[in-house]
Amino acid sequence: MSTVVGLRAVTKEYPGPVAALRGVDLTVEEGELLGIVGPSGSGKSTLLHIIGTLDRPTAGSVHIAGHDVAALSDRRLSALRAQHIGFVFQAFHLVPGVSARDNVAEGLLYSGLSRAVRRRRAAAALERVGLADRLDHKPHQLSGGQRQRVAIARAVVGEPALLLADEPTGALDSASGEAVMQLLRDLNGEGATIAVITHDTEIAQGLPREVRVRDGQVVADVRNPSTNVPNPSAAVRTPSRNGNGRSPAATGADQ
Amino acid sequence: MRARRADREAGGRGRERLRAARLRPRDVLHVGSAGLRSRPVRVVLSALGIAIGIATMISVVGISASSQAQLLRELDKLGTNLLVASPGDSMFAGQDVELPEESVGMVGRIEGVQEVGATADLDATARRNEKIDKDDTGGITVKATTGDLLRVLRGEVRSGRWLDNATGRYPSVVLGHVSAERLGITAPGRQVWIGGRYFTVIGILAPLPLAPEIERSALVGWEGAKRLLGFEGHPTSVYERSADAAVQDVRKVMAATVDPRNPQNVKVTDPSSALRAKAATEGAFSSLLLGLGGIALLVGGVGVANTMIISVLERRYEIGLRRSLGATRGQIRIQFVTESLMLSGLGGLAGVALGAAATGVYAYSGGLPWVVPPWAVGGGFGATLVIGTIAGLYPAVRASRLSPTLALHAA
Repeated sequence: MSTVVGLRAVTKEYPGPVAALRGVDLTVEEGELLGIVGPSGSGKSTLLHIIGTLDRPTAGSVHIAGHDVAALSDRRLSALRAQHIGFVFQAFHLVPGVSARDNVAEGLLYSGLSRAVRRRRAAAALERVGLADRLDHKPHQLSGGQRQRVAIARAVVGEPALLLADEPTGALDSASGEAVMQLLRDLNGEGATIAVITHDTEIAQGLPREVRVRDGQVVADVRNPSTNVPNPSAAVRTPSRNGNGRSPAATGADQ
Repeated sequence: MRARRADREAGGRGRERLRAARLRPRDVLHVGSAGLRSRPVRVVLSALGIAIGIATMISVVGISASSQAQLLRELDKLGTNLLVASPGDSMFAGQDVELPEESVGMVGRIEGVQEVGATADLDATARRNEKIDKDDTGGITVKATTGDLLRVLRGEVRSGRWLDNATGRYPSVVLGHVSAERLGITAPGRQVWIGGRYFTVIGILAPLPLAPEIERSALVGWEGAKRLLGFEGHPTSVYERSADAAVQDVRKVMAATVDPRNPQNVKVTDPSSALRAKAATEGAFSSLLLGLGGIALLVGGVGVANTMIISVLERRYEIGLRRSLGATRGQIRIQFVTESLMLSGLGGLAGVALGAAATGVYAYSGGLPWVVPPWAVGGGFGATLVIGTIAGLYPAVRASRLSPTLALHAA
């Protein structure tokens, strides 16, 4: 098992000076599913941006998938995002008027793969999130939950080392939200490392690890060993998290 | 992919060098056109400025070129091998200069000369009838003409007949198209009052671009003029056609041949040179109109830049998303420059089509050949690409400098 995220004494200050993060240490190992939870203004969004390499810390070190972010140029940082990080946003950010398949394929646009390969893998990723029959649907023809699943497919189509989900259920009703959370648990079961950023403590408590953030600091890092996953197959999948990672299905999608 | 995963699993120290993938040309076009496809109305409106500018420039150049082509074509048809000898200004003021009677025959014997014709100005006037005042000439001169004149000038009779040996002896007259108009005569058969008697109009000529003076004449046969109008037989103008190669040689000896004793009194002119000069000025298109086209193009460019800036502001989200998907700053820049290039390129294409169509309509309605110079098309389209790049550069740089986190927050 390897370290996907390594933050050491990360501080982020904005001109003011306002300290959004004050000395955060956080380590995420491969195969983990964790919630980063905190009220608004707690610094969790800043933390997401730092982990997602969209922003650089004022002080401290950030290692993502083994790379020291501070040492990377914009080009290399972009390559790091293209190859190792997948984002899921509260507002989905799908391109309107473009089919689900092409929206997902867009997730591989900056990876250097040909369009044919991108589209093939996009179809596989959509199948993985249970939307195999919605390949040619446009976003406006999909429900909110389906849209978010398309966005998740876009985030995982490149087999990233880390999936960052920013309030993935924030724009969904509770049933769709629960379905999306279940999808994330399933993907985690297949070996994906996932960090869910949320203000919803209930969601965080349903995840195996819960990192509570307040006033720019990590105030608690709780393991929920008996994660109340209402899914009978959870127990079966648990070992794979410590094993060799990907399920056969995921490997197939990679080809 | 496999190697990377293996690497990650073997310790994830990220030994592989991170290298941003290049966008393939097709993908550049794809991302560059995405913004355009989602807002077609705006594309049309902002490309319109460029289109109008290019269309103006293309049609200004095209119409000039078409007019010039028409003149050159005409010149080609009329030939450039015509020379005219006429009395020059006398060295002694006030003295009437006239050409010797035998000059027509002499010119015909110059080596290389193929055809010779002559006219002589007469004192008589041509009027509709005897009741019209004698001074009311309408600018029409009465000329005696040899039978060969029309062939030498490559002229045509619009209606009726040309003078022949028979009609040339009798009171019959052929009118140039301008004089026919001034006399109000539309068809042969009418009579006009010339030199104290009625002459019957037997023909009306078509326009003669090489000899506008004939267009304003009433032409009477050489022998008829002698018999009926007191003409003494001294030609005023001698027209000759020679082989193209001989034109310069003929020109050298023509004055001396026409009047061996006073060659300095003879003026030799080349009527096609006037037409050539006219063609040259037609080709020199109006720089004022061209300037207007340039201003329209500039305004169009500003419109494109404006649209691009708005597009960048509106699509901060998309920019943030693309950055999160791994787009480098350079790739964001390329996307927006490509979009701007496509926007103005579309305008340029539409402008070329519009300008060519406008030239076509003008040419068709004026009976001109349709000419759109390739250099104008290439230059105009090249200008749009330059404008597109310049207009897109600033918005593109702005887009690429946008912080991805701010971009994602902006909604």
